[in-house]
Amino acid sequence: MVSGVPLVPGPTAGAKGPPRPIRRQNAGWAAARRSIRRRWQLYLLVIAPLAYFAVFKYVPMVNAVIAFKEYSVVRGVWGSEWVGLEHFRAFFENPVFWTLVRNTFLLSAYFLIASFPIPIILALALNEIRQELFRRTVQLVTYAPYFISTVVVVSMTILILSPRIGLVDETIGFFGISSVDFLGDPDYFRHIYVWSDIWQTAGYSAVVYMAALAGIDPSLYEAARVDGASRLQKIIHVDLPGIMPTAVIVLILGVGNIMAIGFEKAFLFQNPLNLGQSEIIATYVYKTGLLNADFSRATAVGLFNSAINLVLLVAVNRVAKRVTGSGLW
Amino acid sequence: MTTDQIPGRGGARTEERGPRPVASRRRGPGRRMHETGVDRVFLAIVYVLLLTFLAVVLVPLLYILASSFSDPAAVSSGRVLLWPVDFTLRGYQVVLGDAQILTGFANSLFYTVGGTLISVALTVAIAYPLSRTDFPGGSVITRLVVFTMLFAGGVIPTYLVVQSLGMLDTRWALLLPQAVGVWQVIIARTYFRYSIPQELVEAAEMDGASDLRVLWSIVLPLAKPMLAVIALMYAITQWNSYFDALLYLKSDDLYPLQLILRNILILNQQGGGLGDTQALEHQQLADLLKYSLIVVSTVPVLLIYPFVARYFTKGIMIGAVKG
Repeated sequence: MVSGVPLVPGPTAGAKGPPRPIRRQNAGWAAARRSIRRRWQLYLLVIAPLAYFAVFKYVPMVNAVIAFKEYSVVRGVWGSEWVGLEHFRAFFENPVFWTLVRNTFLLSAYFLIASFPIPIILALALNEIRQELFRRTVQLVTYAPYFISTVVVVSMTILILSPRIGLVDETIGFFGISSVDFLGDPDYFRHIYVWSDIWQTAGYSAVVYMAALAGIDPSLYEAARVDGASRLQKIIHVDLPGIMPTAVIVLILGVGNIMAIGFEKAFLFQNPLNLGQSEIIATYVYKTGLLNADFSRATAVGLFNSAINLVLLVAVNRVAKRVTGSGLW
Repeated sequence: MTTDQIPGRGGARTEERGPRPVASRRRGPGRRMHETGVDRVFLAIVYVLLLTFLAVVLVPLLYILASSFSDPAAVSSGRVLLWPVDFTLRGYQVVLGDAQILTGFANSLFYTVGGTLISVALTVAIAYPLSRTDFPGGSVITRLVVFTMLFAGGVIPTYLVVQSLGMLDTRWALLLPQAVGVWQVIIARTYFRYSIPQELVEAAEMDGASDLRVLWSIVLPLAKPMLAVIALMYAITQWNSYFDALLYLKSDDLYPLQLILRNILILNQQGGGLGDTQALEHQQLADLLKYSLIVVSTVPVLLIYPFVARYFTKGIMIGAVKG
């Protein structure tokens, strides 16, 4: 083999190339064109998914301008007339505004605070158990409700809490408490919502922490043992610091979603009796927007919600980065 | 080339760091700490705690199961707890004889299989190029994709898109608008980048394989565990969703099972098979039907779950390694 002849013909092999000065001028473009020619199949792959994101994610963002317009079906998104901040003003002045914001915020905050520690406790407890069978059983069973659909979890909750036939009613009746109409009383809505969700997802959420616990350096446990740490001390001084970064991420994501609390579930639990606390921004958007066909106003409300969400997420991420040094981006 | 390999391998190793120490910690000789009295008390508390967790999850499930096999009168008088009373299969007869429910089952099966295939294909198609460090424009595309996780146009603007595409009241409306999950793209991209040995890809390229050929013949066969994970995630989401159907569908012969469940279980619209019975008996039978319906619609998923749980766990871990 003669030295100097490339084994694999590269893209520039054989070609003399344009004179230097021009080449330097267009270096960026030339490189891009060359890599596109070489990597065309990758670009081909990306076309369909990019079209998906453009059509179903970015076009809706553009469509959201109807929040600043009076949407008319006949004239379409662009033909409709601009009304500026009219819909936002109407929403802020609507007496329902504060109720919606309050309901959304309280439900999410309660949810965040209640659902944060339980998976951690579950994971720490499971991590203490060395008896494989028991440990696996608990894990498998607590994980299972995650696979039950929201519709079914909600109907199970309704059936179990129902004053006519419910399991809970029987149980509290046994202790001499008269029956309670849990779903008809708005004061119970938040508790039902939050705790049925914890019932469904705690086992699933614990897996993330189990993974974090498994990643802790074993030598830390050795050291703790040498120092004569008890099980509890080992949890406080080794396990908890070990899962802290994971917990911070989970918390940031939770706060970032504080206004985006699940529409699906709130909507399923709603009934005319508990609307006072169960009507949240997302369900209101659905009702004004699609049931009353008031597209522009509903979009304005939704946009307000997303904007708060985004601001919260960015703010929390910044705080987390400053405090713990790790954030989402 | 070599500089590329080092982070690649490092990544693969950190990922495996997960399970290994646990195993060694559990089996290794160092495991046998001598337990003090305080520790034994603490351990007992841990066991009690876990048994409580176990009971809290299991009791409602067993109650529903027992009720579905019990006489409606026994259920409504509160005699059923965890074991069937006056065993009957009437609820199941009604549920399995109901045309609407069976159509819902068939529809859900179609949406789940079709939707999962579309979703996995699109996810791989974007995740693979993004996993390549030599793909110009990749970081811009990644940012565009991740941004959709932070900000969305909203329900109504999305509805307008679906409407203008003429997909309202068609099966496409359940298959396409939610087809790609950003989280799944991140999982797939991370896996492609850090868990596929770079040497194999380079060797194939040396032999003249094109990018598509490398993806199809080398990368995808090696990525089967990850593909299983994201397929499962998509399938579960699709099987459980009802909101898109509520938004976009009008004809009830297209309804997925979950929407039919909602109509019967939550809105109390009876399925067809109940006929005209006396009011009280009718009400009791309607309740029995609910219990049976819950069992029938949930058991298939719960039966598959123990076999796929470990893939799910793996998926969470892949996702947790690096976002």
